[in-house]
Amino acid sequence: MSVAAPTAESIVDQPLFAQPQLMPQANRLNGAPAWFQQRTAAAWDEFQSLPVPGNKDEHWRYSSAKKLAFETFQIAANPSEADKQEAIARSKGLTEYAAKLVFVNDCLASNTGILPVGPAGFQPVVSSDVPAGSPHNTQATGLCHNFICLPFEDALRTQGDVLEQYLMKRKAELGSAKFAALHLAHVRAGAVVLVPKNVVIEHPIEVFHWVTGENAVIFPHTLIVTGDHAQVTVVDHHGSLRDESCASIAVADFVAGPGSRITYISAQEMSLSSRALHISSTTVGRDASVKALQLHLGAAFSRNETVSDLIGEGARSEMLGVSLPFGEQCVDMRTLQNHIAPRTFSDLLYKNALYDKSKTVFAGLIQVEEGAHYTDAYQKCRNLLNSEEAEAASMPGLEINADQVKCSHGATSAPISEDELFYLKARGIPDNEARKLIATGFIEDTIAKLENQTLMVDLDHRIEAKFAAMI
Amino acid sequence: MTAETPDISDIRADSVGDFRFPEQHKYDAGMGLSEKTVDYISGVKNDDPWVRDFRKHGLKTFLEKPMPTHWATKDLENIHFDQFRYYLSDGQKPKRSWDDVPDDIKRTFDRLGIPEQERKFLAGVEAQYDSEAAYSNVKKVVEEQGVIFLNSSEALQKHPEIFRKWFGKVIPTGDNKFSALNSAVFSGGSFIYIPPGVKVKHPLQAYFRINSEQFGQFERTLIIADEGAEVMYMEGCTAPKFETATLHSAVVELVAMKGAKIQYVTVQNWSSNVFNLVTKRGLAHEEAEIKWIDCNIGSRLTMKYPGVIMKGRKARGEVISIALANTGQHQDTGAKMVHAADETTSNIISKSISIGKGRATYRGLVHIPKHLKGCKNNTECDALLINSSSRTDTYPAINVRGNKHATQHEASVSQVSAEQIFYMQQRGLSEAEAMSLSVNGFINDLVREFPMEYSVELKRLIDLEMEGSVG
Repeated sequence: MSVAAPTAESIVDQPLFAQPQLMPQANRLNGAPAWFQQRTAAAWDEFQSLPVPGNKDEHWRYSSAKKLAFETFQIAANPSEADKQEAIARSKGLTEYAAKLVFVNDCLASNTGILPVGPAGFQPVVSSDVPAGSPHNTQATGLCHNFICLPFEDALRTQGDVLEQYLMKRKAELGSAKFAALHLAHVRAGAVVLVPKNVVIEHPIEVFHWVTGENAVIFPHTLIVTGDHAQVTVVDHHGSLRDESCASIAVADFVAGPGSRITYISAQEMSLSSRALHISSTTVGRDASVKALQLHLGAAFSRNETVSDLIGEGARSEMLGVSLPFGEQCVDMRTLQNHIAPRTFSDLLYKNALYDKSKTVFAGLIQVEEGAHYTDAYQKCRNLLNSEEAEAASMPGLEINADQVKCSHGATSAPISEDELFYLKARGIPDNEARKLIATGFIEDTIAKLENQTLMVDLDHRIEAKFAAMI
Repeated sequence: MTAETPDISDIRADSVGDFRFPEQHKYDAGMGLSEKTVDYISGVKNDDPWVRDFRKHGLKTFLEKPMPTHWATKDLENIHFDQFRYYLSDGQKPKRSWDDVPDDIKRTFDRLGIPEQERKFLAGVEAQYDSEAAYSNVKKVVEEQGVIFLNSSEALQKHPEIFRKWFGKVIPTGDNKFSALNSAVFSGGSFIYIPPGVKVKHPLQAYFRINSEQFGQFERTLIIADEGAEVMYMEGCTAPKFETATLHSAVVELVAMKGAKIQYVTVQNWSSNVFNLVTKRGLAHEEAEIKWIDCNIGSRLTMKYPGVIMKGRKARGEVISIALANTGQHQDTGAKMVHAADETTSNIISKSISIGKGRATYRGLVHIPKHLKGCKNNTECDALLINSSSRTDTYPAINVRGNKHATQHEASVSQVSAEQIFYMQQRGLSEAEAMSLSVNGFINDLVREFPMEYSVELKRLIDLEMEGSVG
């Protein structure tokens, strides 16, 4: 697609979508483990060989891979010092956090922990339960800090074994295999969080990914692995430093060990001309519980592909989504609740409030595999249509292959009820204000499912800012 | 094909519908499909030139169109189009009186449990043996009202002024591969015209039978209800068992003019080697109402999504669907609702039961485009799983634009609970009886929508299918 109107011959002769500008730089792999070099090279080949998903691809129904316009992508250039400083200044999140990483164009700008550590900034600490290889084992200061939170490149050096075991092992099967391959070919930024057995991290880990440059693309990566009964919360932020059209292809993988808890939030607030793709997989072990929220606020086209594999008995997965598109924004959400073990639970709630000419697409599937008896699986997608030209497509799906299963799904699309509006207006609240109140309330119960006051407050601020930007 | 003397003792009678009679066909288009086949059918049917052209165009489209396997089941690939006969007929003219009907056909009806007297009593009986109407007795009263009730070829020859206008308009030839196939080789089926204001009191009926090995049946039905007219049409099918797969691909078009009402009832009970790939669609003008009542019990693979295009203000569409999938069967059914005018409403209620290794699928489409006001859709689909290897899927797609509409979709999957069965066994019912009672309870509210004689037949068929599924 980089060449104009390819002839029939050229299609046969050359790889269809060879894009020299997306070729990974050879020298970036200096010092990386051999397995990683092999996998990234294979990923680049895979990216080139896979076709661009076409219009007939069910995973792109009502949407289009063209909206990503990936042929315009340029690998983000290394940022200037000024950009780094600006990014650090603008990375405002929670007041209390266990660790905070800031990346600009896939380069680390800062790495801090709020807990008292050495002058060099945050020093992650490791307990003896974690595989050896960390330079920090000797600095153990207390139970609550006994975990690893490293920038991807450092983790590759010091936690190579763990990474080899978990890095992108779950195939992206909801339509973006090609883009996941591109991600793997380029990945170098993001947080690797390893929480050993019985370690509970009270405060969230915050990771900011900024991008700048016209058509610049970044590849934020998140990997969270928890040991037995460990607990951790991670918040990823995706933002544009300037009002440019840029892109992010993020991959996040979570592996929750027996009895552990992971809470994850992806808050996407990129510039309104950007494209964002978030591919994530969750593997939930026995009696483990994972909550993951996708917040879509920015970007012209924002898509998430979220998979939950429930592999241990008693596993729980809550999948949450909020979007608030206006103008001509398009939000595209694809999910899979994959019940493999018996007696597992999953609950999905996606809420979209649409304005102007915006569009949302939701396609979710509950898949209950043979033998996954006594599954409880629920799925709800609700669309609040606030304008005559907004468009919402919902494709909730069920595939049940087991016995003694309780499953349901629901999808609704409707405007604000006149009765609710009347009630508020009768109490002297003006029309505009009343509509905003109702829309906020509509979204709020998804956020409330996180059951975490500080996270809720932070997310509410971001939603509030989006409402303000609308007027 | 087998014995020449059709003694009653030669008839294999394992269960209802599981039998066949020796065949004697005067016209046989041979195996496979080519331009010659189409010419042959056109010749036998004495088609007008425009019908012949229509068939040729259908053949061309059929050959060009790919199989829809990118979303549909791969089982479609097991259809070998060159191994079917596309036209068979004993060449007899449709009969006017019961006495003229050949004895073996009468006996077929007896085996179905439909006594002659009842047949005679029922209004407009259009019994089909193979693709020809072997018996048609439109009650005088109906004829006096000006109702036209003919088979497809007769109708196109005698009343082109009425039928040509809508023939192939609701479902264009190129709608899908199977509608194109039907356009090329259609024979048999009913064409009905109800004049303005006429309310047909008795339901019109046609019984279809396939009775030839590897013989596909391609009915074409077109029902036009003029302004304010009302009609109910009932279609029931049973087929004797064959060793190799049989193809059935009908096209049914309904046109309801202003204020008209059409109800179309189907009970499908093909033998479990039949591919039943049917396209059914209705066009509802202003304030008209089209209701599909659809029950699928037989066949190896059924793909049927009755649709309504609501073209006029306040038009209404409804689909009520019951599917029962036993081992070796895949019931892929659903509904399609296209809202194309203000204040149109649609309702879909679907219930499916999977027994043994059976698979039931609901696939739905609801489309509400921009600039319309006050459209409403309600979709409910419930699935019941009987055994641990039963399977059920739900794949709805709902696309809504604008804030003047309301849609809701709900689906649930459940089991007959052990408590329910235990309760009934406590009171002296056998496990099988208890199960049968539960299943009948599950679909009871839908069965009531069927005309009386159909609901009796339906309950009997369901009991038959349930035999041996428990214990």
